[in-house]
Amino acid sequence: MKFDRDARRRVFNWIVGVLCFLCVVAALVPLLSILYTAFINGGHVLSLSFLVSKENNVGVCFPGDPASCSVGGIGPALYGTGVVVGLASLMSVPVGVLSGIYLSEYGRNALGRSISFFTDVMTGTPSIVVGLFVYATFVYIARTVVFSALSGAVALAIIMVPTITRTTEEGLRLVPNTLREGAYALGIPRYRAVLQIVLSSGRSIVVTGVVLAVMRAAGEVAPLLVTAFGSSLGFTGVNEPAGLLGPLIFFDATGGSSLLVSAAWGASLVLILLMLGISLLARIALRNRFK
Amino acid sequence: MLRRPRTPGQTFFSRLRTFFRRRFLDLTFLGITLAVALGLLALLTAFILVLLNASRLAIDRFGLALLGEPRWAPSAGHFGFLPFIDGTLITAAVGLVIAVPISLGIAIFLSELAPRWLSEPLGYLVELLAAVPSVIFGFWGIFVLVPVMRTTIDPALASANASVNQALHVNIPVFTGPILGSGVLTAGVILAVMIIPTISAISREALRAVPSPQREAAFGLGATQWEATRISVLSYARIGIVGAIILGLGRAVGETMAVTMVIGNSDFVPTSLFSQGQTIASLIANEFLSTYSNPLTASAFLEAALVLLLITLTINIGARLLVWRLVRSTGGGGIE
Repeated sequence: MKFDRDARRRVFNWIVGVLCFLCVVAALVPLLSILYTAFINGGHVLSLSFLVSKENNVGVCFPGDPASCSVGGIGPALYGTGVVVGLASLMSVPVGVLSGIYLSEYGRNALGRSISFFTDVMTGTPSIVVGLFVYATFVYIARTVVFSALSGAVALAIIMVPTITRTTEEGLRLVPNTLREGAYALGIPRYRAVLQIVLSSGRSIVVTGVVLAVMRAAGEVAPLLVTAFGSSLGFTGVNEPAGLLGPLIFFDATGGSSLLVSAAWGASLVLILLMLGISLLARIALRNRFK
Repeated sequence: MLRRPRTPGQTFFSRLRTFFRRRFLDLTFLGITLAVALGLLALLTAFILVLLNASRLAIDRFGLALLGEPRWAPSAGHFGFLPFIDGTLITAAVGLVIAVPISLGIAIFLSELAPRWLSEPLGYLVELLAAVPSVIFGFWGIFVLVPVMRTTIDPALASANASVNQALHVNIPVFTGPILGSGVLTAGVILAVMIIPTISAISREALRAVPSPQREAAFGLGATQWEATRISVLSYARIGIVGAIILGLGRAVGETMAVTMVIGNSDFVPTSLFSQGQTIASLIANEFLSTYSNPLTASAFLEAALVLLLITLTINIGARLLVWRLVRSTGGGGIE
């Protein structure tokens, strides 16, 4: 009787283990399916001319000549993404790093903890709400042109800041206190100790945070639909609409023509490869740091 | 802060220079960083104030009555949010029902069962899922998930629902209606895939934070691995797990592009899980650009954004209060 019960418990234990493993498999199936689909559908589109094309001449055919149809390229969208995300980084990196410095170096009090808390809460703000917030600010407060590279960059910057702030804070917290004390003992003022010693010791984590934030911004779509909007020319000026990779995938994927869909798969593959490459590098950088 | 002792030889100017170099620049630096950090709080406040201000037209005209109004027809002056609130709640609920058991299984496997050489790479792969942009999930949804739902999963669910209804002589309208492939169920499935990395990563942190004597005590009493996990680990970590689930809910409620691409974009209250629908976020992504020129319609959209913001803020504040200490102590700044 007792033996039976023990055997049942062991079998049950084994079953739960297998079920838990199947859960991991269940999560990996979509990931592998996404990678597989993107490689199968986007791989043959990918070429140097696809990446550096002068125009997003996606799906353009000369009338009466089906052979002239080409998937075109994503050159302008890559350029637009680079410029707008670059502008967003110019705004968000100083803000994120400085606030992260405050939280880690001066903010070990109730004020610092609550700023830190609400920064975490901000990471959960839906990106479409950030988009409409920027839209409303440009239209109702600043009363200026809203469908522009500038508004897109502001929206992306707002999305990037909380990530950079919290990663900077966590990264600088890992810097041992003895380094700070050593600096004070040499008579170095606190601000220089923070900037030259603490920040440079923790820089790999700060950089990782920035890179992760850039990565997220580069794949954003929703806030850009109501700000930068889109343009087949990529970037033509801060007050002009700008074309980015994410919105291009959305418009092409739902555009209806098979050429557009092929181009969208090519663009998706480019984006996926960038993301995987960057998160792998970030992973390696962080691992060396913690061990 | 150490203070250098004053020596009699110091002139006024050298003291001034010392003050400038040490105290003044220190205080300036502190002031700048503090101002920037306070700016973050101001930004969050500005979110609410700007959206409130911009949606004044709709709020003055309709107030909160829009939340319960079932008809959305901006050209006819009807701005009911009910279809979208329903769509948001239903898709998020479907997402949680699927994602929670799977995420807990993943967390238990990675933290309790798998050896380190296996759990590290597997955990990394699951986290990679979080790095895939939303629009690519949606694209994959259109071309892979929607056909699978239409040809395989939806018909199976429909026949199961029909036989239950027949056997019990009831009329449960869960998996009923025309099978289109796209719809609230499909959107819920995509949301599940997207929130699994969030819930499993934070649950895993919660399980990791359980002290090992907790497990050893259970093993000492003769518990199997699963019994030890259930009795001493899961119960110890339950607050963190609840927090992880609520964070997942917050992500599901605000998710935009992937949902927009597979939900079908219908402005009516869903009548079954096969119905096409719309969430608050997908409504904005789909329709804002075609109607923003009408001031009243635009302000109704901004009110919808405000509602969505307040919902997600509440959810996230609750969740962060639960996982705060946990994520704090394990340095999880980069989890999102």
